[in-house]
Amino acid sequence: MSDATNNGPVLSADGVPLKRSLAKALRREKLRALMLIAPLLIFVLITFIAPIADMLFRSVENGIVQDTIPRSVQALEDWNPDEQDLPPEQVYREFFFDLFLAAEAKQHTRLGSRLNYEKTGISSTFRSTGRRMDDIGKQFKDPMEDLDKSWDDAAFWHELMSGSDAGNSDLLKEQRSRLAKLTRENMNGDIGFVPGVEISELLPRTAREYTAFAIFTNQVDGKVVAEEEPWEAVHAALALDLQEGAASRAAGYSGPGAEQLRTLADNLDTLPVVDFREAYIDIDKGWGDPDVWETIKVFSKKYTSGYFLNSVDLQKTPDGIEKRDEDQRIYITLFQRTIFMSLTIMFSCVLLGYPIAFLLANLPTKTSNLLLILVLLPFWTSLLVRTSAWKILLQQQGVINDILVWIGLVDDANRLVMINNQFGTIVAMTHILLPFMILPLYSVMQTIPVTYVRAAKSLGATNWTAFWRVYFPQSIPGIGAGCILVFILSIGYYITPELVGGTKGVFISNRIAYHISSSLNWGLGAALGTILLAAVLILYWAYDKIVGIDNVKLG
Amino acid sequence: MNLNKTMIIAGAAALFAGSAIAEDMTIVSWGGAYSASQDKAYHQPYMAMNPGVNIINDESSPEAVAKLRAMNETGNITWDVVDVTGESAIRLCDEGLAMEIDFDEMLAPAPDGTPASEDFGDMIISDCFIPQIVYSTTMGYRTDLVGDTPPTSMCALFDLEAYPGKRALEKRPINNMEWALMCDGVAKEDVYDVLETDEGQARAFAKLDTIKDQTVWWSAAAEPIQALADGEVVIGSTYNGRLFSAIAEQNQPIAMLWDGQAFDLDGWIIPAGLPEDRLKRALDYVYFATDTQRLADQAKYISYGPARKSSAPLVGQHADLGIEMAPHMPTDPNNVTENAFLYNYEWWADYRDDLDAKFQAWLAQ
Repeated sequence: MSDATNNGPVLSADGVPLKRSLAKALRREKLRALMLIAPLLIFVLITFIAPIADMLFRSVENGIVQDTIPRSVQALEDWNPDEQDLPPEQVYREFFFDLFLAAEAKQHTRLGSRLNYEKTGISSTFRSTGRRMDDIGKQFKDPMEDLDKSWDDAAFWHELMSGSDAGNSDLLKEQRSRLAKLTRENMNGDIGFVPGVEISELLPRTAREYTAFAIFTNQVDGKVVAEEEPWEAVHAALALDLQEGAASRAAGYSGPGAEQLRTLADNLDTLPVVDFREAYIDIDKGWGDPDVWETIKVFSKKYTSGYFLNSVDLQKTPDGIEKRDEDQRIYITLFQRTIFMSLTIMFSCVLLGYPIAFLLANLPTKTSNLLLILVLLPFWTSLLVRTSAWKILLQQQGVINDILVWIGLVDDANRLVMINNQFGTIVAMTHILLPFMILPLYSVMQTIPVTYVRAAKSLGATNWTAFWRVYFPQSIPGIGAGCILVFILSIGYYITPELVGGTKGVFISNRIAYHISSSLNWGLGAALGTILLAAVLILYWAYDKIVGIDNVKLG
Repeated sequence: MNLNKTMIIAGAAALFAGSAIAEDMTIVSWGGAYSASQDKAYHQPYMAMNPGVNIINDESSPEAVAKLRAMNETGNITWDVVDVTGESAIRLCDEGLAMEIDFDEMLAPAPDGTPASEDFGDMIISDCFIPQIVYSTTMGYRTDLVGDTPPTSMCALFDLEAYPGKRALEKRPINNMEWALMCDGVAKEDVYDVLETDEGQARAFAKLDTIKDQTVWWSAAAEPIQALADGEVVIGSTYNGRLFSAIAEQNQPIAMLWDGQAFDLDGWIIPAGLPEDRLKRALDYVYFATDTQRLADQAKYISYGPARKSSAPLVGQHADLGIEMAPHMPTDPNNVTENAFLYNYEWWADYRDDLDAKFQAWLAQ
């Protein structure tokens, strides 16, 4: 009775509110249960969920452009294609250094293949340019060496760039992360070189390129920096630095290599003034095509909607989102066809499977066991064998046509076309997926008591009414389960449509397989797969709303 | 009794030691008759010379490109040497998944001392690809279904009046586009220039349109052979080796045309990033397996032409049938008609994605 006067919470024996103590006990229980299933959960997460998530993530991931040519991407931001035909010289300059490094790391062709998905021809533009990067650099390197042999001396360069001060560790760190992104490898080991502060202020570009060279030489090639002659890109960077004003400041520099640097600055006119844009267009005319640069600009973001747009027959252009050319539209058709044909296959499975399951459930055990084996036997036969068998049966010189011609139903000249079209795919796939319909139907029908139908009949129902009003409603959970199984399996099928589908009977999964295993356009493959997955989930949700998922039984 | 025991122990020890020494090397190829020919011509002699190496055959070449990329991403490369087509090799090289080859350093010179890079010559289409064989995609036809005038030109494919009936073509644009243009009157050397333009592509599709209703599109090379054998098609494209075996080994009523054959290359790549010891072994293997004699030996078992110039004179007879193999090589001078062409790898590397999309859309129309 004291509870009535005390409005505070109900307490347990140890004075803690009962609610909290109950919740605590429950939580402990749940935690224990979770720990029991933890091994399985972790296993499923690691081997199943994570790879799928990773694959789906590729449909938007597009870091490759930024990681391979970061400075060019930055420089391109200031370029307005509407005002200028081609990007300014600055872009071409940055692009030279980006691409030089990418070519050393053999990453430029990867970027070329990626961009070739968006604009035909970029692949070979990158490939052929990568081979000739040295040529541009040599224009600077050769006169430097003619002037002073120090400029091809590995140890001299190392001394010059190290300087005599504490060292610019920020620059080193920045270049490490740049190279790590480019090569997708760890670049954090000790490289035996730190760029000097003074020299990197005097020659910023040279210091940057030499640092990148040093990290790459040591971490990737496994060589000693002080023993390797720097790349042509470093010479080019030095020439540009000097031409851009470092020459006049070189007089005030007194660190290691000051003498050589001053000599070079005094003889600045021996170094060529290179028009990088001209040089590039000379190597490959693609670099003079504004579309190439616009493509790079449009696809320079870390994430892209491009793959998803492609999978619904749209495309990303500099002017926004547009429909693809009519002669390239295919995916919407394929999605529609996949869904339509999967539904057709599902309904044919219901039509054929229902009577068989009914027989199986209602015949004496001995006969029904034999029938069940007949259902299962093809199920145990290889998928390819069954598909090829349909080919032999259905083709124009095949068994069925031969019989029809023989009995005179069909004229020899007009044999029926039953394969390499939608009909062939539907027939073969219905056969292959039929057991997935029969088995759940059979196990549900077995649980329907015979007495119900008898009772209906004894109350005056006709055979049809008894079946339709009493038996059929009880078998619906089996139909539901069978339909979901068959539909989901058929929506992702690709071997059978590939072999018997011809041109009109192939599914979207055939294109996904092509992009994953042949064209290596995993981004597009992943986008198509994601859309397919979403479509299945939406249909499942619709099914749940209309029929109710509790109404599905496998037995 | 004692002796027996000793022998058993010694035997077991020897077995154990043997298995501990033998190193596995995984070589990936296409399976079937092709892998068998490599096994006889390369693997078995190599293992006889190097008892410490055990070659494992993996038949994953059809999925090699995707699998190599997956292996590279997980950093666990289980393959040592991989057999791929020239087109895939370019893709793998571009993606940095295959190692670059120094031809003169890493491969055997010809018996007369010619360096490997010259001996392979034009066959070197990528820095990562060691050519092994030249095969061709060409036309086969039913001898009993073509009447009294069997076709002599590849363009019989487009001649529905003289040769009515179904055709079989591969379900991809490569080769089909070239054939369509060449039979539409474009000279061989202009084909790719024409195909680069929208009008040229439309022209090729228009030519293919004339036989589209009558064409069965295949994706596995066994399909057209089966269709020819069943009389399902009158004429169709497939690999010359498949046609040779259907004609010479299975005596089907099929004949083949060398006219307009489209050459293609098949060869080895070594995955990038192999550990030092496995790389050394893989290089040792390809040095042996791509020398002049070994390439000539393979032609004993399958009718594909060796990729080295110096191998051609050494091609002998078929190992089982005793047929002289030289006339069945796609590269035999008598078989290289003026319409024969090596498809342009660089061009297709650029245009494949684009034309494939158009081709699929065209098929679906």
